[in-house]
Amino acid sequence: MSFQRTQEKLKILADAAKYDVSCSSSGSKRANTNKGLGDATGMGICHSYTEDGRCVSLLKILLTNHCIFDCAYCVTRKSNDVKRAAFKVQEVVDLTLNFYRRNYIEGLFLSSGIFKSADYTMERLVAVAKKLRLEENFNGYIHLKSIPGASDELMREAGLYADRLSVNIEIPTEAGLKKLAPDKKREDFIKPMVKVKNEIIQYNAEKKIIKSTPKFAPAGQSTQMIIGASGENDFQIMQTSNHFYKSYNLKRVYYSGYVPISYDNRLPQIGSAVPMLRENRLYQTDWLMRFYGFDVSEILNEQHQNLDLDVDPKLSWALRNLHEFPVDVNTADQRMLARIPGLGMKSVFKIINARRFRKLNWEHLKKIGVALNRAQYFMVCDSNQFEKRDLTSEKIKGLILQNSTSKYQKMLSNQLSLFG
Amino acid sequence: MQAKNLIYDGTFDGFLTTVFYVFEHKLKTVTIQNEFTVQQGLFSENEAIFTDEVKANRVWKGIKSKLSSNGSYQLYYAFLSEEVGVEDLLLGYIQYAFSQQKTVDKDYSHPSILKIAQIAKSVGREKHRMEAFVRFRLTKDDIYFASIEPDFNVLPLIEKHFKRRYANQKWVIYDIKRGYGLFYDLETVELINMDFPENFNFTKTDDAFFATQEFEFQKLWQDYFKATNIASRKNMKLHIRHVPKRYWKYLSEKQPN
Repeated sequence: MSFQRTQEKLKILADAAKYDVSCSSSGSKRANTNKGLGDATGMGICHSYTEDGRCVSLLKILLTNHCIFDCAYCVTRKSNDVKRAAFKVQEVVDLTLNFYRRNYIEGLFLSSGIFKSADYTMERLVAVAKKLRLEENFNGYIHLKSIPGASDELMREAGLYADRLSVNIEIPTEAGLKKLAPDKKREDFIKPMVKVKNEIIQYNAEKKIIKSTPKFAPAGQSTQMIIGASGENDFQIMQTSNHFYKSYNLKRVYYSGYVPISYDNRLPQIGSAVPMLRENRLYQTDWLMRFYGFDVSEILNEQHQNLDLDVDPKLSWALRNLHEFPVDVNTADQRMLARIPGLGMKSVFKIINARRFRKLNWEHLKKIGVALNRAQYFMVCDSNQFEKRDLTSEKIKGLILQNSTSKYQKMLSNQLSLFG
Repeated sequence: MQAKNLIYDGTFDGFLTTVFYVFEHKLKTVTIQNEFTVQQGLFSENEAIFTDEVKANRVWKGIKSKLSSNGSYQLYYAFLSEEVGVEDLLLGYIQYAFSQQKTVDKDYSHPSILKIAQIAKSVGREKHRMEAFVRFRLTKDDIYFASIEPDFNVLPLIEKHFKRRYANQKWVIYDIKRGYGLFYDLETVELINMDFPENFNFTKTDDAFFATQEFEFQKLWQDYFKATNIASRKNMKLHIRHVPKRYWKYLSEKQPN
């Protein structure tokens, strides 16, 4: 491996891959066998963090940034004047193994620009994974991109070697996609996703009968949407997200605030702020859907199409549904506990365990780690001190905001003054 | 009865033997201290406890029957925190657990149980950090070497993880603060003590000790680390929260070029 050439390529192809936000390395079940290298059984590990605070868990690179498509939002689009490069299969294998051996990474995240055709590209991605698995006995984590339009046979092969497969739908609505990526069709994204979903279902069924059935994408599928590039509201975004979770059994949907990279006038201009706060609120909503037992329509619906920026979505929901409160933490069921603003699932489980021993009061709850500045207005406990005034939603919101400082304060005041 | 100050050898078995002693002699006012950090109490009598594996195992078996598996590993984790006074806290916890009918380790409204759970959590976090922040460097004799200075004594907790993961390479993880390390020779993991040259600089990759290709891969990793950052999203506060500065000196990506 020629050091200087590899160095040059790595700079170009890591830079081009960084807009893919997925970095998850958990959820696989690939154990080290026959004294090979690596193990992907446990939880994911973030080996480092970039200065923007994102986790570095996988060697995230493109195989090449040559691309035949011209999607406006993408930094590797055909018409963009950037340096192009391409890795050889062996170079990616060497980098992955050597980084892994030094405990820099959990594995490889390999994506690619589309050169020649979808299948031609997918074939090369599969070749890297295959070599790592079969020739190098590598059991670390491998995340491969499903190239839109790739054939079923290749997707099946990909799933045999990869832990996770993902295809980014990028634009939440079909209308937006048509505007920004006229050469791409929604069906092309869906096709490999459906194939992988069906293979996983089949694998799970066969494994029950034959234990040695070869693993198929044990960490499942994920996708990503760009936020703030094509004018969708939060309701549309989360509806799309919900649809993908439900219809394709996705493990994760990622939301990526659009980072302006182009002077194309269909898009926010270079220099405009990345919508990080909005991205954060969407992730919070995603978590409420997946772990807190909320239905997406409770948080976003026709009447309420955008998430509040100044308060989190659970608090926002609670303020619109004051009739459900206060909740008695000593008797309420898990579902209702999870709906109290300021209570995370960890606190919920601690409360359920702790209240078997004695009735809980404010002191207990504070020690357990409940964010009382928000929670106090929505709960009662074993104490005669509780919020007795009949406060309106506006009043509660005012009191909470007064007594807390958001880490997004600066952004918040900017964004409010823009529209206020 | 006079207060007793029991002194043990700092090992987990030693601590459990001491607990055995406390139960055996029905001691009421007692403190337990590690022999390396003994502080003489004014009115207490010192007594040295000799580690006895049989007694230790009996206590451990008893603890496991009184606590959930989560509870007993929390106890071990908390012990490895080496915090001053943690032995007394653990003794109180064990005594309380044995005095109750129910399994008590999920009683998060009990102050010392919550405290132990919190200490165990910090130790668990440090364990996880070491699994993440260990950086191996390839030496001239083909051993992947890493030096660490963890806040808590987590080497015993990370052994399995690294053994499973790096089954086909020789490696050493050395805890500089505590002066011992783990060495995997492709078969088993052993505890080792190493002598380093005086003024040995652990953060420097010296070409007298490290393989030539080591420098290239460190450079590639540093380049990758820079290229994968999105400058317009810079957030140093978050960065430092995830990678506290005290860990930087052993991270290859944080070394000055």
